[in-house]
Amino acid sequence: MAIATATRMGPKTETTFRVLAPVAVGVIVLGVWQFLVTVVGVSDYLLPSPASIIEEFIQFWESILSASILTGTNALIGLVVGSLVGIALAAIAARWRAVDQMSAPVVASLAVIPIVALAPVLNSMYGADSQFGRQAIAALASFVPVFINTLRGFRQTAPVHRDLMKAYAASSGQVLRTLTLPTARPFMLTGIRIASSLAVISALVAEYFGGPRGGLGGLISTSAASSAYARAWAYVVASIALGLLFYLVTLGLERMLQRHAPQARRRP
Amino acid sequence: MSAAVEITGVDKTFDTRSGAVQALTGIDLTVEAGEFVSLIGPSGCGKSTLMRLIADLDEPTAGTVEVFGKGARQARLDQEYGIAFQSAGLLPWRTVAANVALPLELHGVASAARSTRVAELLDMVGLSDFADRYPDQLSGGMQQRVAIARALAEQPRLLLMDEPFGALDEMTREKMQSDLVRISAETGAAVVFVTHSIPEAVFLSDRVVVMSPRPGRIQEIVPMRLGAEAARAARTEELREERAFFDMVTAVREALHQGSPVGTAPRGLENR
Amino acid sequence: MTEVGAREANAVTDAAAVVAPGDAGARAAPPRRPGAGRGGRAGRGFAAWIWGLVGILTIALIWEGYKLLGPADGVVVGDLRIMPRTTDLAMPHVWQMLGRLFEPVTRADDALPLWAAVALAALTTLGIAAAGWLVGVVVGIGLALVMQRWRIAEWGLLPWIVLSQTVPLIAFAPIVKSWGSRVEIGAFEWQDWMSVALIASYLAFFPIAIGALKGLQSPDRIHTELMETYAAGYWQTLVKLRFPAAVPYLLPALRLGAANAVIGAVVAEVSTGLQGGIGRILIQFAGQASGDPAKAWGPIFGAIVLGLVAAGSVALLGVILSNYRRNEEHA
Repeated sequence: MAIATATRMGPKTETTFRVLAPVAVGVIVLGVWQFLVTVVGVSDYLLPSPASIIEEFIQFWESILSASILTGTNALIGLVVGSLVGIALAAIAARWRAVDQMSAPVVASLAVIPIVALAPVLNSMYGADSQFGRQAIAALASFVPVFINTLRGFRQTAPVHRDLMKAYAASSGQVLRTLTLPTARPFMLTGIRIASSLAVISALVAEYFGGPRGGLGGLISTSAASSAYARAWAYVVASIALGLLFYLVTLGLERMLQRHAPQARRRP
Repeated sequence: MSAAVEITGVDKTFDTRSGAVQALTGIDLTVEAGEFVSLIGPSGCGKSTLMRLIADLDEPTAGTVEVFGKGARQARLDQEYGIAFQSAGLLPWRTVAANVALPLELHGVASAARSTRVAELLDMVGLSDFADRYPDQLSGGMQQRVAIARALAEQPRLLLMDEPFGALDEMTREKMQSDLVRISAETGAAVVFVTHSIPEAVFLSDRVVVMSPRPGRIQEIVPMRLGAEAARAARTEELREERAFFDMVTAVREALHQGSPVGTAPRGLENR
Repeated sequence: MTEVGAREANAVTDAAAVVAPGDAGARAAPPRRPGAGRGGRAGRGFAAWIWGLVGILTIALIWEGYKLLGPADGVVVGDLRIMPRTTDLAMPHVWQMLGRLFEPVTRADDALPLWAAVALAALTTLGIAAAGWLVGVVVGIGLALVMQRWRIAEWGLLPWIVLSQTVPLIAFAPIVKSWGSRVEIGAFEWQDWMSVALIASYLAFFPIAIGALKGLQSPDRIHTELMETYAAGYWQTLVKLRFPAAVPYLLPALRLGAANAVIGAVVAEVSTGLQGGIGRILIQFAGQASGDPAKAWGPIFGAIVLGLVAAGSVALLGVILSNYRRNEEHA
């Protein structure tokens, strides 16, 4: 029934529904939440009320901000380093097949193993007072999607375009500049966008594995451990905002650079 | 002055998983400067391969290919030819103008000269109004016109075209053929044109090279009596309905049939 | 704004495709899909293994080379140490790490060898991750079915599902810990391991939901119209057309879900302090690293194997279902 109605919807109605539906879902969830807390009386440790979270958020604003900056910096450094290394290595792997074959299983494994497990040894390698371990984790986590997507992008040049370049007797630098890089760019940007979320998540989660305090992850676990649940939630809200910020910035970057480039056709 | 293309004793063998495949054998062909030559034949006769050898996109196993008296490789490095493929092969992230400018850019033409030339070319193919569009905003026929403009960008004395109109509908195709006749007359370039359409070959060419498959070889070279080079510009739409045109179509068909089992038309050919 | 929902979905489908088979990820994986290559398949598979081994050896060589040549206190630029210290404490030799696996965990007489302790812990974590993965599969496919059936549900839910994964909701893990042993519903008592499985399932459901939705929506119009001409109902269309068509999308999603479940389980073990799993010994042995630096690497190798086993078992599913994957491009 709903399908039938949906298909007959005018474009305007459809637009309205596309906006309204998620908003409605959000409002309903918030409503149920508030209802659970105030009417049903769910305990604080399970679900603090939205109001008390906002209260804590305002009260601890300064520590939230500095923790966000700390974790955000780690994630940003990791993202930048991981992306650069990923792109560089992908370029090398695209050029030399041996490197590709050597790195392929390692990268495939990196994609499925819990990289944060490295956090404890990285802390001892770099010293317990260093943020470097977290940055390294974020970099490793960012590296994987950037490498995989960029390498795929480097392999997307169409045969007709390669023939064309050969017919023009273009130098390998010219081929790289006019064909290979522009072809790979959307893939590269997609990789970076995916990596942006992973970088924040990894930098934050790495804090659970020890090392210096003061980041969002550390504060969430200390607050939860001292039964300050609403405060822990406030830090969670901050980390959500941080993750969203990273995602939206990379998404914006992608849109900006790709405005006129129709995405290369992907295999479904 | 040397011939545009001089092919002598060319063989081409491809190594595939199921063993070596003889794609071309014993090819001898000369294309004079300013001459329009079509290569026609059923699928697998090696007509595209032959064109790729002239363009130095592949290398012959035996024999020599010379373009304007030079080896094919040197001719490519010196940019002696312009090329258009079956798919337009435009770079999707470049505008129409930037696509046409691509070869000029690669070969270091100054920016001012480049934009003048691009404007001329787009005018020639009738796409001046679309200079700032992107390829995905154009129809297939328009994309192909951009590709032809790009092939003409450096005023080559030789134009290589691999079924450039193959993917177009009949109406557009006839329009493009007329355009090509006009453009090639204007520029005086020699053209090697790969096609699988008999009327197309007859309408466009000074000579039609009929090829047959397994192994790819030249079956017969049919001279067209529709008008010498000088009269190329005079080929108009009316020609398609003249008696001489049908005679030529028949001649090419008969040449094609010699190379294949009697009674059945060779596969992959259009008699439209 | 209106378009964001749909495009976002695409965006994250890419995310699900990060390690999707047939994409670069799988081409990378040494165990090739059956029928992946047309000729010399066995030879190429073997070569891939060799190359992979060379890759791992290269990493070990870089490690040892740096340890040999690098300064003892690492490379420090300003206040920032950009390369690690090379002491045996910070960087044990590769052979020490491997050798340590076969020595007992502690000095106690009945102590297991390290590898056995790690394997036990890894199995525990694998069990929890599997439970979480199963929940994730049920929830993910359920959501996909709902979203496929009613477009309004897709519009309403998809943006939130996508959003939920671009933000580090795993930050909840320490809070979920507090639910343990406090939630009781009748005879049912919330166990600590359930908190861990819950977080694992939360990380697992997302790629599955997106992959399943994409798969269920993948049949061509001609196929759905064919089913219409047969007057097939919703369920028949689902069973005969949509599910089989979804297989190529679902498999990578399930594999990514499995990898995510393992990551979620390990992280949740650490942040909830659950005993018995690999997350716990990761922290515990790292704490002993000042006296026994090689020991900390045992659980790391365990976590790596764990991730590979989880993803590999799902890949086995792909072998069973290979008939539904004929249209996949063989890389």
